[in-house]
Amino acid sequence: MRGMHDMGGLEAGRCERDEHEYERWEKRVDALMMLLSAKDRDLMKVDELRRNIESLGADAYDRMGYYERWMHAIAQTLIQRGVITIDELGRKLAEQEVRDGRG
Amino acid sequence: MGAAEAVPAKFRAGDRVRVRLADPPGHVRTPWYCRGHVGTVERLCGAFANPEELAYNRPGLPAQPLYRVRFAARELWPDYREHAADVVEIEIFQHWLEAA
Amino acid sequence: MSAAPSESAGYYRRMQAAVEELLILKGIVTPEDVQRQVDAMDARNYKRGAQMVARAWCDPAYKARMLADGSAAAEELGLEVGPLRLIVVENTPRVHNVIVCTLCSCYPRMLLGIPPEWYKSRAYRSRVVRAPRAVLAEFGTALPDDVDIRVHDSTADMRYMVLPLRPGGTDGWDEGRLGKLVTRDSLIGVARLPDVA
Repeated sequence: MRGMHDMGGLEAGRCERDEHEYERWEKRVDALMMLLSAKDRDLMKVDELRRNIESLGADAYDRMGYYERWMHAIAQTLIQRGVITIDELGRKLAEQEVRDGRG
Repeated sequence: MGAAEAVPAKFRAGDRVRVRLADPPGHVRTPWYCRGHVGTVERLCGAFANPEELAYNRPGLPAQPLYRVRFAARELWPDYREHAADVVEIEIFQHWLEAA
Repeated sequence: MSAAPSESAGYYRRMQAAVEELLILKGIVTPEDVQRQVDAMDARNYKRGAQMVARAWCDPAYKARMLADGSAAAEELGLEVGPLRLIVVENTPRVHNVIVCTLCSCYPRMLLGIPPEWYKSRAYRSRVVRAPRAVLAEFGTALPDDVDIRVHDSTADMRYMVLPLRPGGTDGWDEGRLGKLVTRDSLIGVARLPDVA
């Protein structure tokens, strides 16, 4: 089956010359990817990142922002590798929600 | 990566090659739009670990020869209306290529 | 829960903070490591590529080395590119090159920094391999009738930069002055550099 990321040659709309000033958190997502995939740590391969992005449903892939997809994939890879557990991540996320005044 | 660890290169610049028509699941870096099509090897880029395996945190060895393959745009797209000499050049791993 | 947190704005921002905290607690990274990476990526931009282009326009031997091995040519100018495997493709009066990654957004980041948002878009990735002149037109670029197009799809370990044609009217210009003419979009291939009046 053709992956929804494998889009060369498909019909699509006009190219909008979008630029995007990345927010602090987005730059830190990028930084985490660089650090985790560096040879000396090797806690993530860029190929694992891509596979986890490609595993998103077509709808999620198009709806999510670029660094949202990356962050999803980084978390998935770290869980798959056993670096973090789902429970640990869930608890830390809940702490973040409280800090944001949401929890 | 030592030569002893890599799959030997089968093709050279100028060789005509066909991209295999295959549809495996998982992380594949051979784009759908070139599968089944014939192109010309533009160069051998070297040998690299297989991304299909790296995607599952496996070593992806022995390294596979990686080629840049040049396709005529008219070969790829039945309705291509731009120039006859336009090309698309794609990096494709040896295990996806057969002699044409 | 009435609304899933993952559906709300800020969820992935919180996930980044949560994962970063966990990695710090586990001694895998430090906050300084993260900041250093952010700063390093911020420092990379298209001007590093412009420097290489200007040198190539002035020095035919450098140009030949750059076309043979783009990464070595970058390092020759003191531009650290790490593991980048750079191929520089040369525009000529008859050939115009355009770069894309149809499968994701591969780009020579270690040289040029983060790619523009449109480079990662569905519209660009889908259409530039199939209708390159139509896409170039949407960027305001029209090619002469006798110029053919080569589209490069970065599907594996190589990364690409275009060597644009040197604009006319720049005879005798020094590298610094020439470098300022080079735009990010000309290094990707969606733009050409106009002649200087």
